[in-house]
Amino acid sequence: MAHRKTKSRTAKSSGPARDERWLRFYRQMLTIRLFEEEVNRLYQSGKMPGLAHLYSGQEAVAVGVCEALRRDDYITSTHRGHGHCLAKGASLERMFAELLGKAPGYCSGKGGSMHIADAETGNLGANAIVGGSAGIATGAALSAKMTGSGRVAVCFFGEGALGQGLLYECMNMASLWKLPVVYVCENNLYNEYTRFQETTAGEIAARPAAFAVPCEAVDGQDVIAVHRTSQRLVERARAGEGPAFMLCNTYRFYGHHVGDVDRGYYRSREEEQRWREGRDPIKLLAARLLGSRLADGRLLDQIEDEVRRQIAGGVDFAFAAPYPDPSEVERHVYA
Amino acid sequence: MSATATRESAPRELTFAQAVREALAEEMRRDPRVFIIGEDVAEAGTPFKVLSGLAAEFGTGRVIDSPISEAGITGIAVGAAMTGMRPVVDIMFGDFLTLAMDQIVNQAAKIHYMSGGKLKVPMVVRTTLGATRRSAAQHSQSLHAWVSHIPGLKVALPATPYDAKGLLKSAIRDDNPVVFFEDKMMYQLKGPVPEGEYTIPFGVADVKRLGTDISIVATSSMVQVALAAAERLAPMGIEAEVVDVRTTVPLDKDTLIASVKKTGRALVLDEGYRRYGVTAEIASLLVDEAFYHLDAPVKRLGAMDVPVPFSPVLEDRTVPTPEIVVETAKNLCGRS
Repeated sequence: MAHRKTKSRTAKSSGPARDERWLRFYRQMLTIRLFEEEVNRLYQSGKMPGLAHLYSGQEAVAVGVCEALRRDDYITSTHRGHGHCLAKGASLERMFAELLGKAPGYCSGKGGSMHIADAETGNLGANAIVGGSAGIATGAALSAKMTGSGRVAVCFFGEGALGQGLLYECMNMASLWKLPVVYVCENNLYNEYTRFQETTAGEIAARPAAFAVPCEAVDGQDVIAVHRTSQRLVERARAGEGPAFMLCNTYRFYGHHVGDVDRGYYRSREEEQRWREGRDPIKLLAARLLGSRLADGRLLDQIEDEVRRQIAGGVDFAFAAPYPDPSEVERHVYA
Repeated sequence: MSATATRESAPRELTFAQAVREALAEEMRRDPRVFIIGEDVAEAGTPFKVLSGLAAEFGTGRVIDSPISEAGITGIAVGAAMTGMRPVVDIMFGDFLTLAMDQIVNQAAKIHYMSGGKLKVPMVVRTTLGATRRSAAQHSQSLHAWVSHIPGLKVALPATPYDAKGLLKSAIRDDNPVVFFEDKMMYQLKGPVPEGEYTIPFGVADVKRLGTDISIVATSSMVQVALAAAERLAPMGIEAEVVDVRTTVPLDKDTLIASVKKTGRALVLDEGYRRYGVTAEIASLLVDEAFYHLDAPVKRLGAMDVPVPFSPVLEDRTVPTPEIVVETAKNLCGRS
């Protein structure tokens, strides 16, 4: 994507460390976006098996939150999990390899898009059951507390998971036992093919409040706001003050999955255009970087070129990689 | 090992409940990663008093009283297990496994495979099975066939105090999710349990009684029913061999097949619903592997395919009894 200079927006304070940090946010978000554009191309051209649920539009949440975590902190993710995995440190090569069902993929080709896990980066796995990972994240927080490891667990989920009872069972226990877990709800407005207002009674924020879990709502398109809020909530959890709930208001640029192209019956093209043009988290950050002179257009273009090269390298790696040996089918049923 | 041999070598008798408790206590002393989570596990020690005293020794930080949230505690155990702990979840009645089924079937059982072997879920779900407590249809089911159906889970069904202790210790040390079923009618059953450390490996069936005329392959409480039936068959000149499966997953096919090849007749006995049950799997195995050694069709006995009723008169009809086993065995041996 090309960068035009936009209206100046001044950052409150700046310094070399912050410059680098914001540029890294930018690079990370762009990596997720371009990764997924490639995934969409691979799927549309029939080169990728199964299906994929694209995260485009929501990058500020994954990057803002994961940048507030240590490498050994835990995350759990969702069926729309590419962004979380990449933001927590997964490599493009092994992500693409997994999506193509190849042996060097993160799960040796046994998990695919919806199940990428990477113990080395604290990623306890994407999960294809909506809300299914609330227990895993809360359990990881319990073990962090029991062992005194100082780790924090972040549970990413969409607003669709608000319909699942497991989440409330877990929030209740996390609050009772002051577990270091942050529940990050990404409200992208749609439960698969249904507007969330049709499925979600009352106020979302009232639900964690009922369990005495503090809730903070944040503009999910503003990576710096997401980051600052999550930093506060993560450190609070790490200090033993218990769980928190972060409500990130965001938008899914594509359909429920890559094959969901005729979506006029549940949302309008105008709405999509509005978000893509005015509320794209990457464009918003670019404008901020340019406006506050933390970067110029040339630097952003250079970053984009680098990311594109890395994506291309990842795809090449994955296509060249071997499929798993068929005998692998019976391995890993039991440890 | 045979029951006789145990009796000779062990001076001490424990109830089934005490054996379970001793296994948990020993494992918690041995390994600080082991903890218990469940409803009414701490002060109450569960309604069956199986865990009495554990909270006093290990504290409520390791014997954790939970809300009534079966899915939640099972899910939390999955996450804790994935991150280095070895949780033991107490699901008070096996019927309540249904509430935790997503966490057991879609999470615990799948994560090792889905992650290409990178993540492990070393947890135990302890729960109960069995009817005849007049508890009616939501507290009496034996749902071990459900979980035995799912690749990625191991399933244990101890039938004696000795086996309960040895199998539970193995379950806790296993790197896989194990569902461990205890028959609630057996908690007061007494038997020899050695004081010291021992484990019983999974996938090793136990010939509880030697015989020559028919193999009764049984699980959990039905092992006791089979042993009672065998005692009544002996004076009729029918020596029944009682083979205790002990773990349905992994299943010790060799011991089962060897027994049937020896006796030529097989009766498979289990307290789960008969339809699509554990008995069907074992009967099919025996027919596949020992067909030319069989002198009669393999017979199956299980719970009736009805919700378990409350009234004692009705409930007692739903579960196999020694009388029914004797009748069926006699028929199989041509002695009707």
